[in-house]
Amino acid sequence: MTAPIGRPPHPGHEPSFSGTPPFPEAARTALANEQLRANLGRATATIRTKRAKVVAERTDWEALRLAGAAIKDEVMRDLPALLERLERNVTAAGGTVHWARDAAEANAIVARIARDHDATEVVKVKSMATQEIELNEALRQEGIDVWETDLAEMIVQLGHDLPSHILVPAIHRNRTEVRDIFIDEMGRVGRPAPAGMTDEPAELAEAARLHLREKFLRARVAISGANFAVAETGTVVVVESEGNGRMCLTLPEVLITVMGIEKLLPTWRDLEVFLQLLPRSSTAERMNPYTSMWTGVTEGDGPGTFHLILLDNGRTDVLSDIVGRQALRCIRCSACLNVCPVYQRTGGQAYGSVYPGPIGAILTPQLRGLAKHAVDKQTASLPFASSLCGACFDVCPVRIDIPEVLVHLRGQVVRQSEATHRFPSREALVMGTAAWGMRSPARLGLAERAGGLAGRLFGRRGRLPRMPGPGPISGWFRARDLKTPAPESFRAWWHRTDGGRGRDR
Amino acid sequence: MRIALFIACYNDLLFPEVGRATVALLRRLGHDVEFPAAQTCCGQMHFNTGYQDACIPFVEGFVDAFAGYDVVVTPSGSCAAMVRHHHPVIAELAAERGGHPGLTERVATVAPRVLELSEFLVDTLGITDVGASFPHRVAFHPTCHSTRLLGVGDRPMRLLAEVDGLTLVDLPRSEACCGFGGTFAVKNSDTSVAMGLDKVDDVLGSGAEVLTAADTSCLMHIGGLLSRRRSPVRVMHLVEILASVGSDA
Repeated sequence: MTAPIGRPPHPGHEPSFSGTPPFPEAARTALANEQLRANLGRATATIRTKRAKVVAERTDWEALRLAGAAIKDEVMRDLPALLERLERNVTAAGGTVHWARDAAEANAIVARIARDHDATEVVKVKSMATQEIELNEALRQEGIDVWETDLAEMIVQLGHDLPSHILVPAIHRNRTEVRDIFIDEMGRVGRPAPAGMTDEPAELAEAARLHLREKFLRARVAISGANFAVAETGTVVVVESEGNGRMCLTLPEVLITVMGIEKLLPTWRDLEVFLQLLPRSSTAERMNPYTSMWTGVTEGDGPGTFHLILLDNGRTDVLSDIVGRQALRCIRCSACLNVCPVYQRTGGQAYGSVYPGPIGAILTPQLRGLAKHAVDKQTASLPFASSLCGACFDVCPVRIDIPEVLVHLRGQVVRQSEATHRFPSREALVMGTAAWGMRSPARLGLAERAGGLAGRLFGRRGRLPRMPGPGPISGWFRARDLKTPAPESFRAWWHRTDGGRGRDR
Repeated sequence: MRIALFIACYNDLLFPEVGRATVALLRRLGHDVEFPAAQTCCGQMHFNTGYQDACIPFVEGFVDAFAGYDVVVTPSGSCAAMVRHHHPVIAELAAERGGHPGLTERVATVAPRVLELSEFLVDTLGITDVGASFPHRVAFHPTCHSTRLLGVGDRPMRLLAEVDGLTLVDLPRSEACCGFGGTFAVKNSDTSVAMGLDKVDDVLGSGAEVLTAADTSCLMHIGGLLSRRRSPVRVMHLVEILASVGSDA
């Protein structure tokens, strides 16, 4: 799962997350990679500090969060009417709107449009929706070259790698690794990296600029996602930092935008809230360097042809879950990744999805249909990939209560396991026995006496270094001792001494 | 004021000294405390692991055991958060499943009266100086559930600041999760240990003799890692420090 440093020179297809093992196993592999942990630890600590600083500048931050959540909830409530309003306004402004139920439909629409324009290559603005539907692989199968133009996304693509972060997909790479990838790979697909290039960020950026420039100037079709789309006006919005997006959105003749249906905003005024929330939460900037907005097509200004593809791909299923639907408020800022103690140590690829981290742990299982049908083990492991520390909820600009949704989805996983297996799992047996034992004071008291006895038998000076025999909690003992059960429980002490008033005192 | 002690099941079994310290402290402050023998577990482990239906009997047992008290004090921020925030959710679930008349109302009465110890001392009793003496270097770990879910804020620190002889040392990155996370500690034990070892490094680097917190569950995890490393740093619940009056602690 983790992309090894020795990359295959010519893989037969785009790398994919399919085949990622369940989270605990993927995490174990990632945790063993010291370089990965060092890269991630450094990068997330930097952005965490910067974010905290620019958020603290806003005394109305909490009001902005509440407004952001309320606007997105309004979108959920009124989604069909708002989408149709967007469609009418985009169409009236000269664009063409397509509706895609799933990834296959969306990919087929994009491929058809590209073929209609005899495109052999396309340039891409960084987009989560197109990563989600694996558009690059679909176009490759059509013989169309796809060039990612966001710097980090290009590093991932050139490295035949998988993304590990929503905003900074190459966050797991340090600059030396980036230099090596540029030197090895750029020449295979276009202008090579300058001879003698060092790993100085300015030199790396210059190499990327030169490499991309020829693609920007040549490509006739561009593909983007959307950060927002305003139903009231039919305006689509992309925010970015590097200017590569502006190039893609203005230079080619044809622009195809794939957007998840939840990216909608009802009115133009709503942008005021989100254009404050998003940059501060994602790049820790007061305002992002480039904000591109377009409404259909404009004669003599930018692409003459505009196609907007509205993507469902599981989103209406998420919408039908009253607890889980808050995940659709997500504006893909990545603040939850940067504060997550699990993500910081395992990296994003361990989540086996283009959506890693806390938001991925609640979004991926829902998009894959957890609420409706049995899911694979990897998907089912994601809601458990959290210590429920709550740091993600604190920073979420649209107040998604990620721990609440995680626990809700854990319930769905457990009920699904009960429904699909004839015999209860070992965990279900343990939990069932525990519930039976712990809900009665008498049985709990007996268990405590047994525990106290076991502690005396197996403990060493109050510590249990390993479990006597195999057990469901054997993982505890790999690096931890356990305190032995007390010889006398509190309950027994209270009973014996009348709450400390009796003969013990 | 009729005060009940909710010990929390893992304290009952593994850390009875935390319960005894709570009783001793409250009595020293002039408040008697009762231990309703019918109490068992708040159901947090089952709830957070996805066995939410199994929590319904726990919630019923909880409201039965603690009905009629003015305050339910617990030396566990995590369990207090479970009762205050999630028992109402389980009561709703019980209503959906049917056959639990009045549970929602009983939970609405009992749950808000459950207070974590530092909330009770600072807010209800209005004191921060509990007359304790503990001449040691102490680091405080603000556990995730007590700070983020329950919102105890700086109450534990204010209590510790008044303890005679105690030196509060700075714990770097104190707000970072220690990696316990209930069943996360066994289901994702590698990640849990990686998080815990970073916490242990910060604790050892702080120069503390004692690490304290308002949750013994997190301390059990950090303490287990310290113990495996043969570290002399001790873990103690906040209330054990607040109950101390001599230099023998």
